[in-house]
Parts: sequence; structure tokens; C-alpha cells
Amino acid sequence: MNYLTRRLVTFPLVMLGVSILVFISIRLVPGDAITAMLGTEAGLLTPDQRAALEAYFGIDQGWLVQYGRWLTGAMQGDLGISVTYGKPVLDVILERFPLTLELALLSMAIALLVGLPAGVFAATRNERPSDLIVRVFAMIGQSTPNFVVGLLIIFILSVGFGVLPVMGAFTPFFVDPLQNLGQLILPAITLGFAFAASVTRIARSAMLDVLSEDYVRTARSKGVPALSVIWRHALPNALIPVVTLSGVEFGYLLGGAVIVEQIFALPGLGRMVLDAILQRDYALVQGSVLFIALNFMIVNLIVDLTYVMLDPRIRLGDR
Amino acid sequence: MQFLRAILAHPSGRIGGVIVGVYLLVAILGLLGVTPHDPLMQFRIDRLHAPNGVYWMGTDLFGRDVASRLMLGISQSFIVAFASVALAATAGTVLGLAAAWFGRGWDGLIMRVMDVLLAFPAILLALLIIAVVGPGTWTSIAAIAIVYTPIFTRVVRGPALSLKTRDFVDAARTFGSSRHYILTRHLMLNLVAPLTVQVTLALAWGLLTEAGLSFLGLGTQPPASSLGLMLSDSRNLMEMAPWLLIFPGLAIMIGILGFNLLGDALRDILDPKMRRAAA
Repeated sequence: MNYLTRRLVTFPLVMLGVSILVFISIRLVPGDAITAMLGTEAGLLTPDQRAALEAYFGIDQGWLVQYGRWLTGAMQGDLGISVTYGKPVLDVILERFPLTLELALLSMAIALLVGLPAGVFAATRNERPSDLIVRVFAMIGQSTPNFVVGLLIIFILSVGFGVLPVMGAFTPFFVDPLQNLGQLILPAITLGFAFAASVTRIARSAMLDVLSEDYVRTARSKGVPALSVIWRHALPNALIPVVTLSGVEFGYLLGGAVIVEQIFALPGLGRMVLDAILQRDYALVQGSVLFIALNFMIVNLIVDLTYVMLDPRIRLGDR
Repeated sequence: MQFLRAILAHPSGRIGGVIVGVYLLVAILGLLGVTPHDPLMQFRIDRLHAPNGVYWMGTDLFGRDVASRLMLGISQSFIVAFASVALAATAGTVLGLAAAWFGRGWDGLIMRVMDVLLAFPAILLALLIIAVVGPGTWTSIAAIAIVYTPIFTRVVRGPALSLKTRDFVDAARTFGSSRHYILTRHLMLNLVAPLTVQVTLALAWGLLTEAGLSFLGLGTQPPASSLGLMLSDSRNLMEMAPWLLIFPGLAIMIGILGFNLLGDALRDILDPKMRRAAA
């Protein structure tokens, strides 16, 4: 069985595993969902009212029945009702997802726009002072946690310029693109910082490998201009590791950037999952984690398919 | 000794080694209570005092000495990072070896379970575990260990699979070596190099994840000190007392940088094939 077929076959198995793990673990959280939802008012419920609420949210049966019911629903796109929001889980997720997707795309754009040229530049200046400077910056960038970057950005803005990042109600892109970008640009820079550093390092090392290959030497000896050798001949072949790294990072970012969303008060997927876990919103945790894992695995699959497009020699049969 | 000399001869190894060495010293001193002040002592008259000769890194909102709390925070972060990575490396090695050695059903089962764990973004899985058990130092250790176990399992399984088919393993079998002997001597000894590199890099992630969890209020609990907790506390005071942000922020960054540099150097030294990739 070749690699891609194997991946496709194991895909549903892994998703099943994820769903079982999440289902069990969220039910092991001490306390119950009704009390978490109503707080002290839960004490005022009569046993009948509590039973009715449990039946409404589908948590009145044994675990096995609950799981079976949830899984059947999930396969039909019904992820249950969120206790916290009082509406279908899928609706809640899809309300938050555009922000997370946009933030992930913006961060990746920043990382690639900064990291790729920096990595290529460093590779062409191998072991010279400018290469060393890029490498030092990349290493520092990779070692700086995003919450430190986020807090420093807020600090510099507030102390240096007397302004604070736009927080509060989030404006969707299609309502007001400028305000939307204004809200997302700083979190995107925060997330893109370490991402760009990783892209720089991987692009540099991949370019160094490619630049020492015979066909590049041949192109140079034939008098192809230096820039053309770098950007047209060498870079496309150096892109494979960059694609892998970007894909994996992008997949992670689609899961929501919990800490950065928290710092910039953004209503994204990450914060929603954190709140749902703390609120013991079973349906929302199960649905959103399944959604995140599905995204992550789909992105990884796309990355693998991109390999084949970028390098037709790879058939993925022997991996 | 020769290994140490090789690390010191490597530019990244030298810088990373010194940073990690200094941090280890600070962590031990913090643990032994050798700090400029009592980290929990509240000097109320000196609340939010800027750095000076008495309070090297200033004081916080409660008048506690930031330098002392930073030392304790480094100890705390190191304990969590080292313990979780030790657990993850041990579990990952056992599972990776088992998957490679027993093959077939065992391999499939172990690796699919690891795939399930890898399908979660790391911080999300850690959050889920902490929600189940409740926040605290031990929970952080367990959560980070579970998150990183699949990575170690993969690092061990790949090389172990290829080592298993090598002639020297066949020879050992022919000479009647026990399975335990072959696994612990022949396979493990050959896995030390990739494991050492992975452990060093994982320590950087361990520090990062511990700080992240504490930042969210789900790791180390007050009044104990942690770098992430200190940063979280600085959020509303950074304009008035920037030292509350700058010192813990720098401490986390430099600590992670130290482990990353050391990891890169070790990769160069132990795996010359990776030399370029690590540069």
C-alpha cells in the first residue's frame, strides 16, 4: 500500500481515536455541565428540571449511548448543542473559525514574506557577516515565545506611542476590511515572528543544499544571471522543506492560538476551546477538538500532496 | 571529556552550554533558597520599586523581590521541563522500541495511538489533560510529558526499525543474546545520539509549554513562582513597572535560546549528516 493510500485509510481511524479520547477526557473533568452552566442557580433546580435539561443537552444517558448518539450525529454534521451558547456547536465553531483562519493566513503570509527572502539571502552570503546576522536573528526569533512577543508589542505601543491595540468587538473582514486588518495585524505579527524565524532557518539550509548541486553550477557556468539562478533555478527545489514546515505550522494555527488570542482579546477558536473546557461544555469541546484535529490532518495531507506537485520524483511509495 | 570538548569547540555549543550552565546554577541556587531576598516576603513599603542596589530587578505589586522570584521561577520551570522531558523520553523510548521490535499489530497499535495524540495541537492536548486533573506542577509535568511522548516514540522507532535488521543484531541473536540484552545494549546504545539531540530540543519546548500554561493560569499556582506566571502578572502593570515584563521575558527567551543552541550543536556533533540543516 503506498504512503498516500495508507494515510487515507488510517485517517478515519485516527479521527475515531481522537473522538474517543476527547469524549472520555472531557467527562473525567470533575463537576457537571449543568452546574457549570447555571452556577449557584443550579442548586435551585428540581430533580425533574435537572433531568429535563440533561435530556435536552443529551447527557442523560450512559457514556456509551451518549458517544454513539454523538458520533452518529457528527457524521451527519450535527455536533450537538452547546451548553454555554445555547445553540448548535457547528454554528458556534463556524462563527469563530473565520477569525482563526484569517489570523493563520496572515501569520503565514508574514512568515513567508520575511522568512523566505531572509533565508535565501543568508544562503547566498554563506558564512559572511550578513549570513551570521540573519542566523542570530532567526535563532533569537525562534526562541522567543509568542506571548513575550505579544506583550512586548503592546508595551512598545503603549509606552512608546501612547496607543493600545484595538481590542473588544471583532469586525469581520467583509464588514470593514481596514478595521479588521487593524485588529488582526498585531496578533499576526506576534504569531508570525517565530514562524518567520523557522522559515528563515529552513529556507537557508535548503538553499545551501540546492546551491551546491551540479545543475546550479552548470547554470552558473552557462552565464545565467545570478538572480535568475537563485530565484528560478534553485528556489523551487528548496521549497519542499519550507512547504512542510509552513503546512505543519499552519495546521497548528488553525487550531487556534490560545495564548495570543487571550493577550489580544480575540474571539478565536483557541479561546473558545479553552473556555469550553473550563465550562465543561462537553458538546462544544468534543465538536471543536474534532474540528481542529480534522483541519490539522487535512492540512497535513495537502502538504503531502504538494510534495508530489513540487517534486515529481517523489512518489511517496517508499515512505 | 572528549564530548564536552567537542561541545565547547562548537560556537553554538559554547554559547548554549554557558547559558544552560548558568541557568542550571541559578535554578539550583533558587531551589536551595540562596536568593537575594525571601521570594515570598512582601516588602509593602517598597511595592513596585524600580530596580536598584537592593532590589536588582525591582519589586512587584506586593513588594516581593523580582530577582528572587525570577530565580525561583527558573527553578520551577526547570523542574517541570526536566521532569516532563525525562518522562516523555522514557515512555517514548519504551514505546518506540516496542513498536519497532514487536512489529505488526503492536507497531500498528502504538503508532496509531501516537497519531491520535499528534492530531492535537500540543497546547490544546495539555489544556485538556489539565482540565481533567486540575492545574498544578505535577499536572503540568504529566501533560507536557504526554504531549511530547509521540515525538520521542517516532524518533526512536525509525532508527530502531533499521537497526533491527542490521547484521550485528542478527549476529547477537545467533550467539544467543537475550532480547533484553539486544534491546538495551545494541539498540539503545545506537539510539543515544538522536535521543540526546531530541532531549535537548525538547527541553526548550518544555520550558516554553510550562511558561505558556502558567501564563494561562493553568500551570504553576500562586504564591509559587514561575516565569509564565510572572509575565501574566505583568500584563496590567507593564506601563508603570516595565521591569515586571522585561526580566521574566528575557529570562524565558534566553533560557530557550540556550537549549536551542545546545541542541543544534549536539546535532552537528552527533549527526554530521545534519550539519547543514542545523546551521
